[in-house]
Amino acid sequence: MSREDVLVSTAWAEENLDTPGIVFVEVDEDTSAYDNGHLRNAVKIDWQNELQDPVRRDFVDKAGFEKLLSEKGISNDDTVVLYGGNNNWFAAYAYWYFKLYGHENVKLIDGGRKKWELEGRELVKDVPQRQQTSYVAKEQDLSLRAFRDEVVEAINTKNLIDVRSPDEFAGKLLAPAHLPQESAQRPGHVPSAVNVPWAKAANEDGTFKSNEELKQIYTEAGLDLDKPTIAYCRIGERSSHTWFALHELLGLQDVKNYDGSWTEYGSLVGVPIETGADA
Amino acid sequence: MSVQVDSGCAAPAQEATPEDFDTKGQVVIAGTVTAGSEPVSNAYVRLLDRDGEFVGEVQASGQGEFRFYAASGKWTVRALHAKGKGEAVVETDEPKVYRVAVDI
Repeated sequence: MSREDVLVSTAWAEENLDTPGIVFVEVDEDTSAYDNGHLRNAVKIDWQNELQDPVRRDFVDKAGFEKLLSEKGISNDDTVVLYGGNNNWFAAYAYWYFKLYGHENVKLIDGGRKKWELEGRELVKDVPQRQQTSYVAKEQDLSLRAFRDEVVEAINTKNLIDVRSPDEFAGKLLAPAHLPQESAQRPGHVPSAVNVPWAKAANEDGTFKSNEELKQIYTEAGLDLDKPTIAYCRIGERSSHTWFALHELLGLQDVKNYDGSWTEYGSLVGVPIETGADA
Repeated sequence: MSVQVDSGCAAPAQEATPEDFDTKGQVVIAGTVTAGSEPVSNAYVRLLDRDGEFVGEVQASGQGEFRFYAASGKWTVRALHAKGKGEAVVETDEPKVYRVAVDI
């Protein structure tokens, strides 16, 4: 798989806004961004209200995903082009999620909404009307998703990559710096994890760094690129960004995203936790 | 009944930070993005630590306002906008509101 198969430029996106068979999807947690202006013909998906189970802490199930995509007017044959705010965090999360349920053709707009805005490209408020489809999802591809027991077993065995900020990794902060520090679980990180903040993989305009730069960053951080890797953050969306860089851009075979991430691990009873900076 | 799930990592909507803002015991870095003397709306504002490493990013409000929760230290606030880029340095100590103006 080449970079062009998974990433498209803002210029390519602008040229293809009206192309049949391509559906642009904006994914944000704060859907007011979409409501205040989005790419022409783009539909929105609400990360929290549409992709998460309303009761349990888990994703919507297969039937729920089928219903969601059918209602959005997305068919199995469509090429889905995702973009969003926050340097594509939630778009990368949705990308991983679409792959989890086996959607064939998914791409990310490199740089996402930020690059689009910085380039002064057009945003519209018209909401497209798409005809309902009968979407059929596959069973979750669990080769992409890690659960808590596997993370504990991976300590000192597999690559564990913690993509939160250094202060979160060290246990000084429980959430990113732009949020109130309201979390209640224990701070720290999974023992043997290396800390490579997600932002290392991105340029200032939100685009991904080149494969050569990415390889250098992860290798220098101590990641053995020949070993299986589990990425995590606080709730699994920043680590989707890194999962994308490792699995989709660098083409590493065995990379899983641990969506339970620190909010689960840091609340488990009896598991080992380390604090302090990278060893 | 609505169910409260994790609040995620998305940047909260940005707004002005008044002088008597309750920092809840935290270091708050707040300010406005301007071009000349005029506020610039919706710039992307990133907080970098003393080593220049990325810490967080928000999108400023329509009036150019932004706010970060940080710790004591030396920080760079960098603004990106279609009209230009700019940055400012701020040093923080005890918990309170630290004001910084970023001109692009």
